Amino acid sequence: MTKADIVETVFEKVGYSKKDVSAVVEEVFECIKGNLVKGDKVKVSGFGNFSVRQKRSRRGRNPQTGSEITIGQRRVLTFKASQLLKKAINGSPAA
Amino acid sequence: MTKSDLIEKVSSRVTAFSRKDVEIIIDTLFESMTESLIKGGKVEIRGFGSFKIKKRDGRQGRNPKSGENIFIGAKKVPFFKAGKEIKERLNKTS
Repeated sequence: MTKADIVETVFEKVGYSKKDVSAVVEEVFECIKGNLVKGDKVKVSGFGNFSVRQKRSRRGRNPQTGSEITIGQRRVLTFKASQLLKKAINGSPAA
Repeated sequence: MTKSDLIEKVSSRVTAFSRKDVEIIIDTLFESMTESLIKGGKVEIRGFGSFKIKKRDGRQGRNPKSGENIFIGAKKVPFFKAGKEIKERLNKTS
């Protein structure tokens, strides 16, 4: 499923114009991204939380060549699925 | 930022819809992503990331409180991988 499929599904379920739905979907992900880049986490109840974590630099190894390298400090995006989503995926009725 | 903040922000930027309509669209958006994952599909949002389901085998575990041996059944867990664009934006200096 891609963004276009999401737009299609939302359009089928709620109607409205496909172009406008597309604009909203586009804006949703832009908003989430912008917020995360600022370092703020995004909580979507019933789905999960997105948060940014600061990683320290560490020594690593190139698994292909075996040579040692330093992995610099960086920020990474993590997602923690909500209980509801986990349950839904495992077949229990979603609350 | 919570979902209601997200609804607020998006509805201030997209004038074609009322706040209520935006709320319905956003709820439906996450619902449809959930449904796709339930069916075992992958959800890929360019520039943001992708979601997929990984299967975990059942394993022998132990109740840490009672020390009792228990069997933990096989389960599916949702998994997210951040996209290239967001990774780069998170680490842009300035």
